[in-house]
Amino acid sequence: MRTVQSAADPTARRSYGDLAIRLHGVVKRFGTLTAVDGLDLEVPSGSCLGLLGPNGAGKSTTMRMLTAQALADSGSIHVLGYPVPRESKRARAEMGVVPQQDNLDEELTARENLEVFAHLYRVPRPRRPAAVDDALTLAHLTERQHTRVDNLSGGMRRRLLIARGLVHRPRLVLLDEPTVGLDPQVRAELWGLIDGLRAGGTTVLMSTHYIEEAERLADECALMSHGKVVARGGPAELVAEHAGEQVVEHYGPPQRLVEIERLAAGAGLPTRRTGPSVSILRAEQMPPSLADDLGPDGVRRAANLEDVFVVLTGEKVE
Amino acid sequence: MSTVTTVRTDQAVRLRRFELAALQGTWRHEFALFKRYWRTTSFAAMFEPTFMMLAFGYGFGSLVSAIGGYRYLDFVGTGMVGTAALFTSVFPGMFNAYIRRAFQHTYDAMLTTPLDVHELVTGEATWIAAKSAVYGCAPVIVAMAFGLDPSPGMLVIPIIVFATACGFGLFGMWTSTVVPSINSFDYVITGVVTPLFLIAGTFFPINALPGWVHIAAQFNPLLHCVELVRHAVFGFRPLVDLGHFAALLLFAALMWLIAVRGMRRRLID
Repeated sequence: MRTVQSAADPTARRSYGDLAIRLHGVVKRFGTLTAVDGLDLEVPSGSCLGLLGPNGAGKSTTMRMLTAQALADSGSIHVLGYPVPRESKRARAEMGVVPQQDNLDEELTARENLEVFAHLYRVPRPRRPAAVDDALTLAHLTERQHTRVDNLSGGMRRRLLIARGLVHRPRLVLLDEPTVGLDPQVRAELWGLIDGLRAGGTTVLMSTHYIEEAERLADECALMSHGKVVARGGPAELVAEHAGEQVVEHYGPPQRLVEIERLAAGAGLPTRRTGPSVSILRAEQMPPSLADDLGPDGVRRAANLEDVFVVLTGEKVE
Repeated sequence: MSTVTTVRTDQAVRLRRFELAALQGTWRHEFALFKRYWRTTSFAAMFEPTFMMLAFGYGFGSLVSAIGGYRYLDFVGTGMVGTAALFTSVFPGMFNAYIRRAFQHTYDAMLTTPLDVHELVTGEATWIAAKSAVYGCAPVIVAMAFGLDPSPGMLVIPIIVFATACGFGLFGMWTSTVVPSINSFDYVITGVVTPLFLIAGTFFPINALPGWVHIAAQFNPLLHCVELVRHAVFGFRPLVDLGHFAALLLFAALMWLIAVRGMRRRLID
């Protein structure tokens, strides 16, 4: 029998250069649908990369390929230096996964869920109780540790999911839509938790379709569309490069919006439609004559990643 | 750059890996659940054979005093070990596996840890079989209360039940990967499990049945279990019993192969 060394065992650590994740030319098809299409992606160790894109962009499939729960049709994948899927077991021993879907065992208590996963993650027996205690503390669930999961609130369950993925102190954490469906207060709590991971030097790959989440937490963002990364960089760099500093939003009837788009195009400024409004990007470069033509009814705001995304892909993130 | 072929070859290599620690992880999960449900499970395991003994032993027993040289109560008591092995393995195999895979997504969660599909399947099946090995002894204990004489051969009954339950637990897990919905288990229960239960020689000897049923029954693993248990209690027939045990092991091995294949197809995209 071969064994996988525990992530908690310092002798198990190897040198992988600076990359925690490397995907090269990865393709994944489901029948005629190409979910991931020649994806190249590198995640430096110790960084937090936000994988941003709309539903169906290939984010979750990419996450599943990193744990070998989906097998690439072609391309190469290395996680923590281990080729996946061949050595995926070793990689999984050193990474934690927080899935989009709540798959906690509802019949068990919070503590029992963590104990089972501490065992599955091969945390050595003498260290298991302390590892579970630490995870409960991290998730602020110590007082509810003996509560069955089906009696926990949505926010607590989400925190427990994160604690479960961290119980073995992994070097890499995959967060698949970690705050989807949560109210703003719980989301802010979880952001604090994820921020703590980053500060501790854990590599984080986080898929999200919440722009604010990516801007708040990620060192870098990779924008995915149709299974490919279409842009990558720091949130501020991406915004500056693709959307400028400011955006002016104009609301009005369809004919008026068409007119505004025509005028902006004439001045060489990109625009994006958002339902009943049109946004003019790079508004800081708007010539005074155009501003006069458009009138004073526009709403000026800072450009954001969503503007970048729409400009690059023509799709909305949410 | 890897190609499609390379990736699939890597998977084949991975399949050969087997780790005790991974199995222990699945048992830890099962144990945590078992701590919650042991009372109900044990109640059913102990009282069901008691009721069956009362109904068949005293009910039929008043009409038929002996079968094949055995007292009818002893015949039924030993035969019900097979029934216990079947029911305590095939149903958990079917329903637990389906619910954990399709509804609770527990298996998805477990596969993010250093646990592979074949280890998950093996861990689940061996836990089911271990439980059955314990509960499968209940009918014999009840039969002893109804007058069955103890014998040293009874000590191997847990081993016989373990092998039987392993095969049926895996069969249940495999069916959980092929049925389109949980309601479809009705087809499996009525179309497969019930006939297996009826032509296993539990309540009446199979040589009383038409010739073709007698031949078909030789392919029923439960029959081999029941025969082995009776021989363990009343006296071994070494060569014949080796054949019975080999049939049980072969059944378990075949079921393992198709259960792992089915689970892999369902859990790995």
